[in-house]
Amino acid sequence: MNAKQARRPNNQGPQAIPSLLVVSAAFVSGFCIMTIEMLGARIMAPYFGGSLSVWGSILTVFMLALACGYLIGGKLSARRPSLFNYAFFFLAAAALSLPIIFLADEIMRPIFLAVEDPRYGSLLASLFLYFLPTTILGMISPYSVRLLVENSDHSGQKAGLLFFVSTLGSAAGTLGTSFYLVLWFEVNEIVFGTAAALALIGMVLMIAGTQRGHANDL
Amino acid sequence: MTCRLWPALFCLSLFSAPFLAAETLHEERSLYRDITVTQEGNRRCLVFNVHRGDRNQTCMNTADPERLVFEYAKMTFAGLLLNPNPKNILIAGLGGGSLPSTLTKLYPDAKIDVIEIDQAVVNVAERFFDFEETENVKVAVNDARVFVKRAGLLEQRYDFVILDAFTGDYIPEHLLTEEFLEEVRAIMSPDAVLVANTFSTSRFYDHESVTYQKVFGEFFNFKLPSSGNRIIIARDAALPPRGELNAVARSLAPRVEAFGVPLLEYPNRLSTRVDWDMSRRALTDQYSPSNLLRDN
Repeated sequence: MNAKQARRPNNQGPQAIPSLLVVSAAFVSGFCIMTIEMLGARIMAPYFGGSLSVWGSILTVFMLALACGYLIGGKLSARRPSLFNYAFFFLAAAALSLPIIFLADEIMRPIFLAVEDPRYGSLLASLFLYFLPTTILGMISPYSVRLLVENSDHSGQKAGLLFFVSTLGSAAGTLGTSFYLVLWFEVNEIVFGTAAALALIGMVLMIAGTQRGHANDL
Repeated sequence: MTCRLWPALFCLSLFSAPFLAAETLHEERSLYRDITVTQEGNRRCLVFNVHRGDRNQTCMNTADPERLVFEYAKMTFAGLLLNPNPKNILIAGLGGGSLPSTLTKLYPDAKIDVIEIDQAVVNVAERFFDFEETENVKVAVNDARVFVKRAGLLEQRYDFVILDAFTGDYIPEHLLTEEFLEEVRAIMSPDAVLVANTFSTSRFYDHESVTYQKVFGEFFNFKLPSSGNRIIIARDAALPPRGELNAVARSLAPRVEAFGVPLLEYPNRLSTRVDWDMSRRALTDQYSPSNLLRDN
Protein backbone atom coordinates (compact mmCIF):
# COMPACT_ATOMS: atom_id res chain seq x y z
CA MET A 1 0.00 0.00 0.00
CA ASN A 2 1.62 3.24 -1.04
CA ALA A 3 1.35 6.53 0.72
CA LYS A 4 -1.29 8.06 -1.55
CA GLN A 5 -3.71 5.18 -1.14
CA ALA A 6 -3.12 5.11 2.57
CA ARG A 7 -4.66 8.56 2.82
CA ARG A 8 -7.94 7.21 1.44
CA PRO A 9 -8.77 4.20 3.57
CA ASN A 10 -12.48 4.37 2.73
CA ASN A 11 -11.83 3.51 -0.87
CA GLN A 12 -10.28 0.19 -0.03
CA GLY A 13 -11.81 -3.27 -0.02
CA PRO A 14 -15.56 -3.73 0.41
CA GLN A 15 -15.98 -0.03 1.21
CA ALA A 16 -14.80 1.07 -2.25
CA ILE A 17 -17.28 2.72 -4.61
CA PRO A 18 -18.42 -0.09 -6.92
CA SER A 19 -16.85 1.13 -10.13
CA LEU A 20 -18.89 -1.14 -12.36
CA LEU A 21 -22.02 0.55 -11.05
CA VAL A 22 -20.67 4.03 -11.73
CA VAL A 23 -19.50 3.07 -15.19
CA SER A 24 -22.89 1.51 -16.03
CA ALA A 25 -24.67 4.58 -14.70
CA ALA A 26 -22.51 6.80 -16.90
CA PHE A 27 -23.36 4.64 -19.92
CA VAL A 28 -27.09 4.98 -19.24
CA SER A 29 -26.86 8.73 -18.78
CA GLY A 30 -24.97 9.05 -22.07
CA PHE A 31 -27.63 6.92 -23.76
CA CYS A 32 -30.47 8.99 -22.34
CA ILE A 33 -28.97 12.34 -23.32
CA MET A 34 -28.85 11.36 -26.97
CA THR A 35 -32.19 9.62 -26.95
CA ILE A 36 -33.87 12.80 -25.75
CA GLU A 37 -31.81 14.90 -28.15
CA MET A 38 -32.77 12.74 -31.14
CA LEU A 39 -36.43 12.93 -30.18
CA GLY A 40 -36.15 16.67 -29.59
CA ALA A 41 -36.60 17.50 -33.25
CA ARG A 42 -39.55 15.16 -33.55
CA ILE A 43 -41.23 16.67 -30.52
CA MET A 44 -40.84 20.22 -31.78
CA ALA A 45 -41.62 19.66 -35.48
CA PRO A 46 -45.40 20.06 -35.07
CA TYR A 47 -44.87 23.63 -33.87
CA PHE A 48 -41.61 24.74 -35.43
CA GLY A 49 -41.18 22.51 -38.45
CA GLY A 50 -38.31 20.39 -39.57
CA SER A 51 -35.96 23.04 -40.86
CA LEU A 52 -32.25 23.05 -40.14
CA SER A 53 -32.66 25.85 -37.61
CA VAL A 54 -34.78 23.61 -35.38
CA TRP A 55 -31.90 21.16 -35.17
CA GLY A 56 -29.64 24.14 -34.54
CA SER A 57 -31.77 25.19 -31.59
CA ILE A 58 -31.79 21.74 -30.07
CA LEU A 59 -28.05 21.18 -30.41
CA THR A 60 -27.30 24.64 -29.03
CA VAL A 61 -29.45 24.10 -25.96
CA PHE A 62 -28.00 20.64 -25.33
CA MET A 63 -24.44 21.92 -25.63
CA LEU A 64 -25.16 24.84 -23.31
CA ALA A 65 -26.90 22.60 -20.79
CA LEU A 66 -24.08 20.05 -20.83
CA ALA A 67 -21.52 22.83 -20.40
CA CYS A 68 -23.38 24.13 -17.34
CA GLY A 69 -23.84 20.60 -16.05
CA TYR A 70 -20.12 19.82 -16.32
CA LEU A 71 -19.26 22.97 -14.42
CA ILE A 72 -21.82 22.45 -11.65
CA GLY A 73 -21.17 18.71 -11.38
CA GLY A 74 -17.43 19.33 -11.12
CA LYS A 75 -17.97 21.92 -8.40
CA LEU A 76 -20.26 19.65 -6.41
CA SER A 77 -17.84 16.73 -6.68
CA ALA A 78 -15.30 18.71 -4.70
CA ARG A 79 -17.56 18.86 -1.66
CA ARG A 80 -18.09 15.53 0.13
CA PRO A 81 -18.94 13.46 -2.95
CA SER A 82 -21.30 10.61 -2.17
CA LEU A 83 -23.34 7.95 -3.89
CA PHE A 84 -26.42 9.60 -2.43
CA ASN A 85 -25.80 12.85 -4.29
CA TYR A 86 -24.94 10.86 -7.37
CA ALA A 87 -28.19 8.88 -7.10
CA PHE A 88 -30.10 12.11 -6.61
CA PHE A 89 -28.83 13.45 -9.97
CA PHE A 90 -30.39 10.47 -11.74
CA LEU A 91 -33.68 10.80 -9.90
CA ALA A 92 -33.77 14.55 -10.60
CA ALA A 93 -32.99 14.03 -14.29
CA ALA A 94 -35.78 11.46 -14.49
CA ALA A 95 -38.26 13.81 -12.83
CA LEU A 96 -37.22 16.77 -15.00
CA SER A 97 -37.68 14.70 -18.16
CA LEU A 98 -41.34 14.19 -17.39
CA PRO A 99 -42.45 17.68 -18.56
CA ILE A 100 -41.22 16.64 -22.04
CA ILE A 101 -44.05 14.12 -21.98
CA PHE A 102 -46.75 15.88 -20.02
CA LEU A 103 -46.21 19.58 -20.65
CA ALA A 104 -44.76 19.70 -24.19
CA ASP A 105 -47.88 21.18 -25.78
CA GLU A 106 -48.48 23.54 -22.87
CA ILE A 107 -44.92 24.82 -23.24
CA MET A 108 -44.76 25.01 -27.02
CA ARG A 109 -48.20 26.44 -27.76
CA PRO A 110 -47.71 29.83 -26.04
CA ILE A 111 -44.23 30.12 -27.53
CA PHE A 112 -45.61 29.38 -30.98
CA LEU A 113 -48.24 32.07 -30.46
CA ALA A 114 -45.82 34.66 -29.13
CA VAL A 115 -42.81 34.13 -31.39
CA GLU A 116 -43.44 34.18 -35.12
CA ASP A 117 -39.94 33.24 -36.26
CA PRO A 118 -39.59 29.46 -35.87
CA ARG A 119 -35.86 29.85 -35.24
CA TYR A 120 -36.32 31.76 -32.00
CA GLY A 121 -39.49 29.88 -31.19
CA SER A 122 -37.67 26.56 -31.34
CA LEU A 123 -34.71 27.96 -29.40
CA LEU A 124 -36.97 29.15 -26.61
CA ALA A 125 -38.97 25.93 -26.59
CA SER A 126 -35.81 23.80 -26.45
CA LEU A 127 -34.61 25.89 -23.55
CA PHE A 128 -37.77 25.22 -21.56
CA LEU A 129 -38.07 21.58 -22.52
CA TYR A 130 -34.52 20.29 -22.48
CA PHE A 131 -32.24 22.62 -20.55
CA LEU A 132 -32.87 21.40 -17.02
CA PRO A 133 -32.81 17.63 -17.54
CA THR A 134 -29.75 17.91 -19.77
CA THR A 135 -27.92 20.09 -17.26
CA ILE A 136 -28.48 17.46 -14.58
CA LEU A 137 -27.35 14.71 -16.95
CA GLY A 138 -24.24 16.77 -17.68
CA MET A 139 -23.47 16.96 -13.96
CA ILE A 140 -23.20 13.19 -13.87
CA SER A 141 -20.00 13.03 -15.95
CA PRO A 142 -17.54 14.92 -13.74
CA TYR A 143 -19.17 13.50 -10.64
CA SER A 144 -18.67 9.97 -11.95
CA VAL A 145 -15.01 10.73 -12.53
CA ARG A 146 -14.65 11.90 -8.95
CA LEU A 147 -16.29 8.74 -7.61
CA LEU A 148 -13.98 6.52 -9.63
CA VAL A 149 -10.76 8.37 -8.95
CA GLU A 150 -8.84 7.07 -6.00
CA ASN A 151 -5.66 9.03 -6.51
CA SER A 152 -4.36 11.70 -8.81
CA ASP A 153 -1.98 9.33 -10.62
CA HIS A 154 -4.71 7.59 -12.49
CA SER A 155 -7.30 10.39 -12.59
CA GLY A 156 -6.73 10.96 -16.31
CA GLN A 157 -7.11 7.26 -16.98
CA LYS A 158 -10.37 7.08 -15.05
CA ALA A 159 -11.68 10.21 -16.76
CA GLY A 160 -10.77 8.67 -20.09
CA LEU A 161 -12.59 5.45 -19.25
CA LEU A 162 -15.63 7.40 -18.17
CA PHE A 163 -15.81 9.58 -21.24
CA PHE A 164 -15.31 6.45 -23.32
CA VAL A 165 -18.20 4.67 -21.68
CA SER A 166 -20.62 7.57 -21.54
CA THR A 167 -19.88 8.58 -25.13
CA LEU A 168 -20.35 4.97 -26.18
CA GLY A 169 -23.72 5.19 -24.42
CA SER A 170 -24.49 8.33 -26.40
CA ALA A 171 -23.63 6.59 -29.65
CA ALA A 172 -25.87 3.68 -28.72
CA GLY A 173 -28.67 6.06 -27.75
CA THR A 174 -28.42 7.94 -31.02
CA LEU A 175 -28.41 4.87 -33.20
CA GLY A 176 -30.91 2.90 -31.18
CA THR A 177 -33.40 5.74 -31.12
CA SER A 178 -33.20 6.83 -34.72
CA PHE A 179 -32.98 3.36 -36.24
CA TYR A 180 -35.23 1.26 -34.06
CA LEU A 181 -36.96 2.81 -31.08
CA VAL A 182 -39.02 5.24 -33.20
CA LEU A 183 -40.14 2.27 -35.27
CA TRP A 184 -41.24 0.28 -32.24
CA PHE A 185 -42.57 2.87 -29.83
CA GLU A 186 -44.30 6.21 -29.64
CA VAL A 187 -42.19 9.26 -28.85
CA ASN A 188 -43.68 9.63 -25.37
CA GLU A 189 -43.14 5.97 -24.62
CA ILE A 190 -39.46 6.33 -25.45
CA VAL A 191 -39.06 9.44 -23.30
CA PHE A 192 -40.86 7.65 -20.51
CA GLY A 193 -38.51 4.72 -20.96
CA THR A 194 -35.46 6.96 -20.55
CA ALA A 195 -36.97 8.57 -17.45
CA ALA A 196 -37.69 5.12 -16.03
CA ALA A 197 -34.14 3.93 -16.78
CA LEU A 198 -32.69 7.01 -15.06
CA ALA A 199 -34.96 6.53 -12.06
CA LEU A 200 -34.03 2.87 -11.83
CA ILE A 201 -30.32 3.65 -11.87
CA GLY A 202 -30.95 6.33 -9.26
CA MET A 203 -32.65 3.84 -6.98
CA VAL A 204 -29.94 1.21 -7.42
CA LEU A 205 -27.32 3.83 -6.55
CA MET A 206 -29.36 4.89 -3.56
CA ILE A 207 -29.46 1.31 -2.29
CA ALA A 208 -25.73 0.87 -2.93
CA GLY A 209 -25.14 4.09 -1.02
CA THR A 210 -27.23 2.87 1.91
CA GLN A 211 -25.33 -0.41 2.05
CA ARG A 212 -22.10 1.48 2.25
CA GLY A 213 -23.72 3.22 5.18
CA HIS A 214 -21.90 6.11 6.77
CA ALA A 215 -18.76 5.13 4.90
CA ASN A 216 -20.05 6.93 1.82
CA ASP A 217 -17.99 9.99 2.61
CA LEU A 218 -14.81 9.79 0.65
CA MET B 1 -21.55 1.88 -91.98
CA THR B 2 -18.44 3.14 -90.21
CA CYS B 3 -20.42 2.29 -87.19
CA ARG B 4 -19.56 -1.35 -87.43
CA LEU B 5 -15.91 -0.51 -86.94
CA TRP B 6 -16.57 1.29 -83.70
CA PRO B 7 -17.30 -0.29 -80.39
CA ALA B 8 -21.05 -0.62 -80.09
CA LEU B 9 -21.39 1.58 -77.04
CA PHE B 10 -19.59 4.49 -78.57
CA CYS B 11 -21.66 4.13 -81.68
CA LEU B 12 -24.83 4.25 -79.65
CA SER B 13 -23.74 7.30 -77.76
CA LEU B 14 -22.80 9.02 -81.01
CA PHE B 15 -26.31 8.72 -82.32
CA SER B 16 -28.19 9.30 -79.16
CA ALA B 17 -26.00 12.11 -77.88
CA PRO B 18 -28.34 14.94 -78.86
CA PHE B 19 -31.13 13.27 -76.89
CA LEU B 20 -29.31 11.89 -73.90
CA ALA B 21 -26.59 14.38 -73.08
CA ALA B 22 -27.99 16.63 -70.42
CA GLU B 23 -26.28 19.92 -70.11
CA THR B 24 -25.99 21.29 -66.60
CA LEU B 25 -27.28 24.84 -66.53
CA HIS B 26 -26.96 25.46 -62.85
CA GLU B 27 -25.71 23.78 -59.69
CA GLU B 28 -26.33 24.95 -56.19
CA ARG B 29 -25.98 23.51 -52.74
CA SER B 30 -28.72 24.78 -50.52
CA LEU B 31 -29.33 24.24 -46.83
CA TYR B 32 -31.39 21.18 -47.62
CA ARG B 33 -30.09 19.63 -50.79
CA ASP B 34 -28.03 19.87 -53.92
CA ILE B 35 -30.02 21.51 -56.66
CA THR B 36 -29.17 20.94 -60.30
CA VAL B 37 -30.87 22.34 -63.37
CA THR B 38 -30.30 20.30 -66.51
CA GLN B 39 -31.30 20.79 -70.09
CA GLU B 40 -31.50 18.08 -72.72
CA GLY B 41 -33.01 19.20 -75.96
CA ASN B 42 -36.14 21.10 -75.05
CA ARG B 43 -36.47 19.40 -71.71
CA ARG B 44 -35.30 21.40 -68.73
CA CYS B 45 -35.35 19.66 -65.39
CA LEU B 46 -34.89 20.48 -61.75
CA VAL B 47 -33.02 17.67 -60.02
CA PHE B 48 -32.42 17.32 -56.30
CA ASN B 49 -29.40 15.42 -54.99
CA VAL B 50 -28.31 14.22 -58.39
CA HIS B 51 -25.42 12.24 -56.93
CA ARG B 52 -27.77 10.04 -54.97
CA GLY B 53 -29.61 9.23 -58.16
CA ASP B 54 -32.71 11.16 -57.27
CA ARG B 55 -35.36 11.57 -59.87
CA ASN B 56 -36.27 14.87 -61.45
CA GLN B 57 -38.43 17.05 -59.29
CA THR B 58 -39.98 18.84 -62.18
CA CYS B 59 -39.38 19.28 -65.87
CA MET B 60 -40.39 21.91 -68.35
CA ASN B 61 -40.61 21.81 -72.11
CA THR B 62 -38.80 25.00 -73.07
CA ALA B 63 -40.34 24.95 -76.54
CA ASP B 64 -43.83 24.72 -75.05
CA PRO B 65 -43.57 25.86 -71.44
CA GLU B 66 -47.32 25.77 -70.87
CA ARG B 67 -47.52 22.05 -71.40
CA LEU B 68 -46.98 20.01 -68.27
CA VAL B 69 -44.32 17.34 -68.67
CA PHE B 70 -44.84 15.07 -65.70
CA GLU B 71 -47.75 12.73 -65.32
CA TYR B 72 -48.12 13.43 -61.61
CA ALA B 73 -48.35 17.17 -62.22
CA LYS B 74 -51.16 16.58 -64.67
CA MET B 75 -52.82 14.15 -62.29
CA THR B 76 -52.96 16.86 -59.65
CA PHE B 77 -55.57 18.62 -61.76
CA ALA B 78 -57.98 15.78 -61.12
CA GLY B 79 -58.64 17.61 -57.86
CA LEU B 80 -60.46 20.23 -59.90
CA LEU B 81 -63.13 17.65 -60.64
CA LEU B 82 -64.27 18.08 -57.05
CA ASN B 83 -63.94 21.83 -57.01
CA PRO B 84 -63.79 23.34 -60.48
CA ASN B 85 -63.63 26.94 -59.29
CA PRO B 86 -61.02 27.38 -56.59
CA LYS B 87 -60.56 30.89 -55.27
CA ASN B 88 -58.01 30.35 -52.53
CA ILE B 89 -55.31 27.85 -53.29
CA LEU B 90 -52.58 26.56 -50.99
CA ILE B 91 -49.64 24.63 -52.38
CA ALA B 92 -47.04 23.04 -50.09
CA GLY B 93 -43.84 22.48 -52.06
CA LEU B 94 -42.83 24.66 -54.98
CA GLY B 95 -40.43 22.57 -57.06
CA GLY B 96 -40.11 24.26 -60.42
CA GLY B 97 -43.38 26.05 -59.83
CA SER B 98 -45.32 24.29 -62.58
CA LEU B 99 -48.44 23.86 -60.43
CA PRO B 100 -48.85 27.48 -59.30
CA SER B 101 -47.87 28.77 -62.76
CA THR B 102 -50.51 26.62 -64.42
CA LEU B 103 -53.19 27.29 -61.83
CA THR B 104 -52.78 31.05 -62.06
CA LYS B 105 -53.17 30.86 -65.82
CA LEU B 106 -56.32 28.79 -65.38
CA TYR B 107 -57.71 30.93 -62.60
CA PRO B 108 -56.22 34.44 -62.90
CA ASP B 109 -58.37 35.73 -60.03
CA ALA B 110 -57.53 32.98 -57.57
CA LYS B 111 -55.23 33.78 -54.67
CA ILE B 112 -52.42 31.24 -54.50
CA ASP B 113 -50.17 30.76 -51.50
CA VAL B 114 -47.12 28.59 -52.04
CA ILE B 115 -45.07 27.29 -49.13
CA GLU B 116 -41.50 26.29 -49.83
CA ILE B 117 -38.95 25.55 -47.13
CA ASP B 118 -35.92 26.22 -49.31
CA GLN B 119 -35.23 29.75 -50.55
CA ALA B 120 -32.81 28.33 -53.12
CA VAL B 121 -35.65 26.41 -54.76
CA VAL B 122 -37.64 29.64 -55.07
CA ASN B 123 -34.68 31.37 -56.71
CA VAL B 124 -34.13 28.54 -59.15
CA ALA B 125 -37.83 28.32 -60.05
CA GLU B 126 -37.85 32.04 -60.85
CA ARG B 127 -34.62 31.99 -62.80
CA PHE B 128 -35.01 28.81 -64.83
CA PHE B 129 -38.66 27.80 -64.80
CA ASP B 130 -40.56 31.02 -65.54
CA PHE B 131 -42.11 31.04 -62.13
CA GLU B 132 -43.00 34.46 -60.82
CA GLU B 133 -44.59 35.91 -57.76
CA THR B 134 -47.46 38.18 -58.65
CA GLU B 135 -50.23 40.07 -56.95
CA ASN B 136 -52.11 36.78 -56.61
CA VAL B 137 -49.27 34.28 -56.33
CA LYS B 138 -47.26 34.54 -53.13
CA VAL B 139 -44.47 32.36 -51.83
CA ALA B 140 -43.78 31.90 -48.14
CA VAL B 141 -40.36 30.46 -47.35
CA ASN B 142 -41.40 28.41 -44.38
CA ASP B 143 -42.06 24.94 -43.12
CA ALA B 144 -45.51 23.81 -44.24
CA ARG B 145 -46.41 22.61 -40.76
CA VAL B 146 -45.67 26.02 -39.26
CA PHE B 147 -47.50 27.85 -42.05
CA VAL B 148 -50.60 25.68 -41.79
CA LYS B 149 -50.75 25.91 -38.02
CA ARG B 150 -50.51 29.68 -38.15
CA ALA B 151 -53.05 29.91 -40.96
CA GLY B 152 -55.40 27.95 -38.72
CA LEU B 153 -54.92 30.43 -35.89
CA LEU B 154 -55.58 33.32 -38.26
CA GLU B 155 -58.71 31.48 -39.43
CA GLN B 156 -57.63 31.53 -43.04
CA ARG B 157 -59.50 29.20 -45.36
CA TYR B 158 -58.50 27.57 -48.61
CA ASP B 159 -60.73 25.74 -51.05
CA PHE B 160 -57.96 23.89 -52.90
CA VAL B 161 -54.98 22.49 -51.04
CA ILE B 162 -52.11 20.67 -52.72
CA LEU B 163 -49.55 18.78 -50.67
CA ASP B 164 -46.49 18.23 -52.82
CA ALA B 165 -43.68 18.49 -50.31
CA PHE B 166 -42.11 15.06 -50.68
CA THR B 167 -38.92 14.70 -52.63
CA GLY B 168 -37.99 11.35 -54.06
CA ASP B 169 -35.78 10.31 -51.20
CA TYR B 170 -36.95 11.92 -48.02
CA ILE B 171 -40.32 12.38 -46.41
CA PRO B 172 -40.73 15.26 -43.98
CA GLU B 173 -42.29 13.08 -41.32
CA HIS B 174 -44.17 15.88 -39.58
CA LEU B 175 -46.10 16.49 -42.81
CA LEU B 176 -47.60 13.05 -42.82
CA THR B 177 -49.32 12.63 -39.51
CA GLU B 178 -52.89 12.53 -38.40
CA GLU B 179 -52.37 15.77 -36.46
CA PHE B 180 -51.00 17.58 -39.50
CA LEU B 181 -53.85 16.42 -41.70
CA GLU B 182 -56.28 17.61 -39.02
CA GLU B 183 -54.59 21.00 -39.12
CA VAL B 184 -54.92 21.03 -42.89
CA ARG B 185 -58.56 20.03 -42.64
CA ALA B 186 -59.10 22.94 -40.25
CA ILE B 187 -58.03 25.49 -42.88
CA MET B 188 -60.16 23.93 -45.61
CA SER B 189 -63.49 25.58 -46.40
CA PRO B 190 -66.50 23.24 -46.52
CA ASP B 191 -66.30 22.78 -50.29
CA ALA B 192 -62.50 22.45 -50.33
CA VAL B 193 -60.54 19.60 -51.81
CA LEU B 194 -57.16 18.26 -50.76
CA VAL B 195 -54.79 16.82 -53.33
CA ALA B 196 -51.70 15.03 -52.09
CA ASN B 197 -48.95 13.83 -54.37
CA THR B 198 -47.29 10.86 -52.80
CA PHE B 199 -45.82 7.40 -53.24
CA SER B 200 -47.42 4.18 -54.30
CA THR B 201 -44.93 1.68 -52.99
CA SER B 202 -44.01 -0.36 -49.94
CA ARG B 203 -45.44 -0.82 -46.49
CA PHE B 204 -45.53 2.90 -46.22
CA TYR B 205 -48.46 2.99 -48.64
CA ASP B 206 -50.59 1.14 -46.10
CA HIS B 207 -49.71 3.44 -43.22
CA GLU B 208 -50.30 6.54 -45.28
CA SER B 209 -53.65 5.32 -46.60
CA VAL B 210 -54.83 4.40 -43.11
CA THR B 211 -53.84 7.87 -41.88
CA TYR B 212 -55.72 9.71 -44.62
CA GLN B 213 -58.74 7.52 -44.13
CA LYS B 214 -58.77 8.23 -40.43
CA VAL B 215 -58.89 11.99 -41.02
CA PHE B 216 -60.97 12.30 -44.18
CA GLY B 217 -62.87 9.04 -44.37
CA GLU B 218 -63.26 7.66 -47.86
CA PHE B 219 -60.99 9.33 -50.42
CA PHE B 220 -60.15 8.99 -54.08
CA ASN B 221 -57.01 7.08 -54.88
CA PHE B 222 -55.64 8.07 -58.26
CA LYS B 223 -52.97 5.95 -59.88
CA LEU B 224 -51.89 5.60 -63.46
CA PRO B 225 -49.74 2.82 -64.89
CA SER B 226 -47.51 5.46 -66.46
CA SER B 227 -46.60 7.06 -63.14
CA GLY B 228 -44.97 5.79 -59.96
CA ASN B 229 -46.85 8.38 -57.99
CA ARG B 230 -50.26 8.19 -56.55
CA ILE B 231 -52.52 11.11 -55.94
CA ILE B 232 -54.83 11.22 -52.96
CA ILE B 233 -57.90 13.36 -53.44
CA ALA B 234 -59.89 13.97 -50.29
CA ARG B 235 -62.47 16.29 -48.91
CA ASP B 236 -64.45 16.72 -45.77
CA ALA B 237 -67.85 16.12 -47.33
CA ALA B 238 -68.86 12.84 -48.92
CA LEU B 239 -67.26 12.16 -52.29
CA PRO B 240 -69.31 13.12 -55.38
CA PRO B 241 -70.79 10.41 -57.62
CA ARG B 242 -68.95 9.54 -60.80
CA GLY B 243 -71.63 11.14 -62.96
CA GLU B 244 -70.91 14.48 -61.39
CA LEU B 245 -67.16 14.05 -61.96
CA ASN B 246 -67.77 13.25 -65.61
CA ALA B 247 -69.94 16.32 -66.05
CA VAL B 248 -67.26 18.56 -64.53
CA ALA B 249 -64.58 16.86 -66.62
CA ARG B 250 -66.54 17.58 -69.82
CA SER B 251 -66.95 21.25 -69.04
CA LEU B 252 -63.39 21.75 -67.75
CA ALA B 253 -61.45 19.59 -70.21
CA PRO B 254 -61.16 22.21 -72.99
CA ARG B 255 -59.64 24.70 -70.56
CA VAL B 256 -56.92 22.37 -69.32
CA GLU B 257 -56.13 20.81 -72.66
CA ALA B 258 -53.53 23.45 -73.45
CA PHE B 259 -51.57 22.27 -70.42
CA GLY B 260 -51.59 18.70 -71.63
CA VAL B 261 -54.02 17.45 -68.98
CA PRO B 262 -56.28 14.67 -70.31
CA LEU B 263 -59.00 15.43 -67.80
CA LEU B 264 -61.68 13.36 -69.55
CA GLU B 265 -59.72 10.20 -68.81
CA TYR B 266 -59.49 10.90 -65.13
CA PRO B 267 -62.96 10.32 -63.60
CA ASN B 268 -62.89 6.61 -64.32
CA ARG B 269 -59.46 6.30 -62.77
CA LEU B 270 -60.45 7.68 -59.39
CA SER B 271 -60.88 4.73 -57.12
CA THR B 272 -62.30 4.36 -53.64
CA ARG B 273 -61.29 0.72 -53.43
CA VAL B 274 -59.38 -0.13 -50.27
CA ASP B 275 -56.22 -1.75 -51.63
CA TRP B 276 -54.16 -1.41 -48.50
CA ASP B 277 -53.77 -3.28 -45.26
CA MET B 278 -56.24 -1.58 -42.95
CA SER B 279 -54.67 -3.11 -39.86
CA ARG B 280 -51.63 -0.86 -40.23
CA ARG B 281 -51.06 1.81 -37.69
CA ALA B 282 -52.00 5.41 -38.50
CA LEU B 283 -49.06 7.82 -38.49
CA THR B 284 -49.19 10.40 -35.72
CA ASP B 285 -46.87 13.00 -34.23
CA GLN B 286 -46.07 10.31 -31.69
CA TYR B 287 -45.43 7.59 -34.25
CA SER B 288 -44.13 8.70 -37.62
CA PRO B 289 -41.10 6.71 -38.74
CA SER B 290 -42.13 7.32 -42.35
CA ASN B 291 -38.66 7.13 -43.82
CA LEU B 292 -37.92 3.90 -42.01
CA LEU B 293 -41.22 2.39 -43.09
CA ARG B 294 -40.55 3.35 -46.66
CA ASP B 295 -37.34 1.38 -46.77
CA ASN B 296 -38.93 -1.71 -45.31
